[in-house]
Amino acid sequence: MPPSEAGTAIARRRRLELSAGLVLLAALALLGLPIHDVYTQNLLIIALLYAGLAQGWNILGGYCGQVSLGHALYFGIGAYVSTLLFVRLGVPPGLGMFAAGGVAGAAALLVGWPAFRLSGHYYAIATLVVGEIGYLLFLNWDLLGGASGITIPFKAESLIDLQFRTSKLPFFYLTLAYAALAWTLAWLLEGSRLGFVWRAVRDDMVAARSLGVEILPSKLAAAAISGGLTGMGGAIYAQYVGYIDPDSVMTIEISILIALPAVIGGVGTLWGPLLGAAVQVPISELTRSYLGGSGSGVDLMIYGGLIMLVALARPEGLFGLIAGKRRIDAGFS
Amino acid sequence: MTPALVMQVALGGLLMGLIYALVAAGLSLIFGLMDVVNFAHGELLMLAMYATFFIHRGFGLDPIVQLPIIALLLFGMGVVIYHGLIARALSVRFNRGMVQIFSTFGLAIFLRGAAQFAFGGDFRAINHSWLAGRTLRLATLSLPLPQLAAGLVCLLAFAALMAISRTEFGRALEATREDREAVALIGIDRDRIFALGWGLGCATVGCAGAMLAGFYYVSPDVGANFALIAYVTVALGGFGSLLGALVAGLIIGEVEALTALFLEPSLKQVGMFAIYLAVLLFRPRGLFGTL
Repeated sequence: MPPSEAGTAIARRRRLELSAGLVLLAALALLGLPIHDVYTQNLLIIALLYAGLAQGWNILGGYCGQVSLGHALYFGIGAYVSTLLFVRLGVPPGLGMFAAGGVAGAAALLVGWPAFRLSGHYYAIATLVVGEIGYLLFLNWDLLGGASGITIPFKAESLIDLQFRTSKLPFFYLTLAYAALAWTLAWLLEGSRLGFVWRAVRDDMVAARSLGVEILPSKLAAAAISGGLTGMGGAIYAQYVGYIDPDSVMTIEISILIALPAVIGGVGTLWGPLLGAAVQVPISELTRSYLGGSGSGVDLMIYGGLIMLVALARPEGLFGLIAGKRRIDAGFS
Repeated sequence: MTPALVMQVALGGLLMGLIYALVAAGLSLIFGLMDVVNFAHGELLMLAMYATFFIHRGFGLDPIVQLPIIALLLFGMGVVIYHGLIARALSVRFNRGMVQIFSTFGLAIFLRGAAQFAFGGDFRAINHSWLAGRTLRLATLSLPLPQLAAGLVCLLAFAALMAISRTEFGRALEATREDREAVALIGIDRDRIFALGWGLGCATVGCAGAMLAGFYYVSPDVGANFALIAYVTVALGGFGSLLGALVAGLIIGEVEALTALFLEPSLKQVGMFAIYLAVLLFRPRGLFGTL
């Protein structure tokens, strides 16, 4: 196929994807209205939150190929920034979440600058360790609440403060907006020059460099966007649960939970994180509430078993089931 | 703070460092051989500790006597994990690096759940063994015998690993590591070498687990902390380097013990992670890494 024709085909596909995204957004927005069951609402909220978080992780881990196992650091920083701004200085979290994204993005730059010199497993383990250092520092930092955490006082039902007590519905729309923002950003980036640079860096760093691609700045851009989105998610989570401590926002488990939807759904794809979150969150919540209540461990066994199964049986992610393997192999994924 | 106290703490750090080094050696061996980081390594340590605990309780066998049994048990487990999981993860065409990370992560979660299911969440410890509660007095120093024995076993295990690397099998391991395609041409069965490598790596962590169970509590989550230290140790020493794992393990053990003594016990891990990051800035592939 001549280049111009390929270009039109890609442009057509991107328009189709955007329309599909808008239809899905409208469908989800309507879906929220008739649901009044609190358990189901909670499930949807968590799933949408993780869809956004995984979309953010996917920008660095998927498109740019830098497998981070320490995103809980940015999640936790985001949660702490908006919470502290609100509790100590009275800054409304509706604004604080953007500050949270900014600080978390800056933190990702700070981590990325030395860590991007490492490759492969060295990078993955360095991010794991940096995440753990963050956890330990916050655990021992008494000024920030230390191990006992921070309770967010409920002031009044308020949009700008992101505090809603009478219904969970506003949180549903908040997390829907967050997931939509992350998706739109990924869609924009996928078609941008930066998106192509990232995929080039991921697929063949030497070739990319020989074509004049600046490797480090492009990785840093991915880290900042990815960390920023994750930080915003942390701020939303803090307002949703009303209480944060290092154990609930900064552990390795959270780093894995953030990365997993993208891996399950399809790494480096636009729809993978969404699909992965739609599968992962219900499975983990349902196994926990039906099998894990007594702390029996059966929920973990099922959960771990499923992760192994999906990773081995569908290495390209569940998205491959829908899209067909050929299209993913054909590139632009 | 007396010099004697500092000596005492430094020796304790040295002995713990030997355990860290042995746990890391198993991880490093597997990584060096086939470029796979086993994220379920800590859970294998946990299983070895549980096995030691229950054999001790059921048959009254002392942890030291159990050493060969546990090593054999874990060897078998390693071979099974290789054939059941890793061989498949290595054979995927797409996304191989991520598949092996998350499939071993899935295994870790599964094993932790299985331990929780089978043994419950209680902390268990072996209180009565030949060495428990005994100490060796050297001038002002007193060394608990279980830790001392564990340190010695770790050193012996390292000697054994070095000796194995000089045998025909060891050379086959090395050759497979260097070029996994070419070894097929000289009649080395790559799959068999990989399976034996997994067995050996897991037997190594089994030895560490059996000795650790002599003086450390067991719970389904005990592996997580040791595993994190093992990743740091391997990355610090350099993936695939046996000597690197030993040196890095000792450094980590010392830094941990001395940070706890001079700064603040709750920050002991921050000290060792900081050292790791500092080394990575100047030697991105670790102290002895060549890969």
